[in-house]
Amino acid sequence: MSAAARLLAPSRWRVWEYALWAAIWATPLLFGQHAALINEIAILALFALSLDLILGYAGIVSLGHAAFFGVGAYGAALFAKHVMPDPLVGLAVGTALAALLGLLTSPMIVRGTDLTRLMVTMGVALVLLELANKFDSITGGTDGLQGVVMGPLLGQFEFDLGARVASFYSVAVLFVAFLLLRRIVHSPLGISLQALRDNRLRVMALGMSVQGRLAAVYTLAAAWAGAAGALLAQTTGFASLDVLEFHRSADVMLALIIGGAGWLWGGLIGAIAFKLMHDILSAFTPQYWTFWIGLFLVLLMLVGRERLFRPATWFKRGGSP
Amino acid sequence: MLTLLFDGIAYGMLLFVLALGLAVTMGLMNFINLAHGAFAMAGGYILVLMMQKAGWPFLACLPVAFAGTALLGAVLERTIYRPMYGKPHLDQVLFSIGLTFMAVAAVDYAMGSSQQNVQLPEWLRQRFEFGSGPWMLGMGAYRLFIVVSCVALALGLQAILSRTRFGSRLRAAVDDPRVAAGLGLPVDRIFLLTFAVGSGLAGLGGALGADILGVEPTFPLKFMVYFLIVCAVGGTSSITGPLVAALVLGIADVMGKYYAPKLGAFIVYVLMIAILLWRPQGLFTREAGK
Repeated sequence: MSAAARLLAPSRWRVWEYALWAAIWATPLLFGQHAALINEIAILALFALSLDLILGYAGIVSLGHAAFFGVGAYGAALFAKHVMPDPLVGLAVGTALAALLGLLTSPMIVRGTDLTRLMVTMGVALVLLELANKFDSITGGTDGLQGVVMGPLLGQFEFDLGARVASFYSVAVLFVAFLLLRRIVHSPLGISLQALRDNRLRVMALGMSVQGRLAAVYTLAAAWAGAAGALLAQTTGFASLDVLEFHRSADVMLALIIGGAGWLWGGLIGAIAFKLMHDILSAFTPQYWTFWIGLFLVLLMLVGRERLFRPATWFKRGGSP
Repeated sequence: MLTLLFDGIAYGMLLFVLALGLAVTMGLMNFINLAHGAFAMAGGYILVLMMQKAGWPFLACLPVAFAGTALLGAVLERTIYRPMYGKPHLDQVLFSIGLTFMAVAAVDYAMGSSQQNVQLPEWLRQRFEFGSGPWMLGMGAYRLFIVVSCVALALGLQAILSRTRFGSRLRAAVDDPRVAAGLGLPVDRIFLLTFAVGSGLAGLGGALGADILGVEPTFPLKFMVYFLIVCAVGGTSSITGPLVAALVLGIADVMGKYYAPKLGAFIVYVLMIAILLWRPQGLFTREAGK
């Protein structure tokens, strides 16, 4: 196989990918009574996809991805409240605002070590949280922004209480985002990002602009995160400080890690697994479900994903470390 | 004004003792341990339990808190931390976040989610005042005690690091673990001991600061950011860096909360981002990166 063919091979659609998407589209039809959960999963999946782009493909560690989520959520909610209630325009506004923030903060993440990046990304999210708390006349502060009324989707579908329209809306946005992202990661830009993640020095020596690429991908990921935030604000008709909290950044990281970073389905599968696990565990022990999530994480990291999900290798000594 | 400054110094010294263990593990093992706060919480709970259930005096509980958390740290280092040393930073971060979640939920389950009250002894509840007007300096005995004991600890640690044989071995291992191991230094054991002492210090700090910081299950998450700020801003290659960073952070936090209550944490975070953009390796590092 030639080098070009090898690079292009993963970009072809597989049968199971068609099948999975058909299944995802079928869920809101078949499980209408769980539409609210499906909506939440789709939003988390979109958020995890955006983190996957920077973490899995570009290797940027971020503990503050909630910053973009929150900006998208507040942007969409405020736009709907004060300017116009159309959901699609609001979605575009939230996405654009988050992308702008991503562009502005991207110079911060090109320097320093992993620890510095962790701290700076976390710091940006915390600064935004403090700002949202301080300007409570605009954001509603701890009470949240209330009175957001969305117009009908495409002018005909009203958002209902059962969240059926919302679930279709979120799945559709997720689908479009997935298609776009799939194009991007298999484009020359996406391939150069993976090269950059694996060996930054060599990419620099090849004469590619590392900073430009990182800035581009960070902005793109910010836009997707903003879209996820906007979806949440629109489908729940509410935005509160919760969208900027640290646990948002941690949750999406967990979801992505459970699904596996570095491939696009990781975000989707992780979001489904995380939300279902959350739902089941919190029905089982409402107060202490974080313990089990923590235990799962510790085991996952200690044992390694490959071994944990392949029980046949549990009792073999040695093998790949 | 001076009173605030003094409170800030007390808070900063406390943060220094709490974060020192983290700084050393980070510099030594290149390990980002977000679960450090859990050890501090363990120290706080040991103190509360000993005082309430066993009726021990405050002072006697402090060494117990230190020893208890150091033991806990040593056991955990041996069993679950060691395999994580070679892993990528992301794995370490997730691993230690998982541990933190477990600690928070477990303590919540065992002790309840409410904040624990610490009964300070009578002699720590006094207050000294000097001067008058805007330059009045009011010192609570408790905070004075914290400052004195933290300064003593810092001096002692500095002496150990720079004067003793163990200190020079530790510094050698921090600078280059491979060469140190090649020269026959028991790097594994140095790691173990350092990790245990670092956790013990966190426990001691948690116990010492029980009345300022509060003892409650969400403690590790609440202060995780502060510990990390101290390490990231101060750099991890010396003891002076974290000390200065902790003092600046403590003073900025106390002053900020007093003068601009709603912007307090905001100032701290903006300051941190600015410093990290200016010096990504921390304020006090000898060379820029490896």
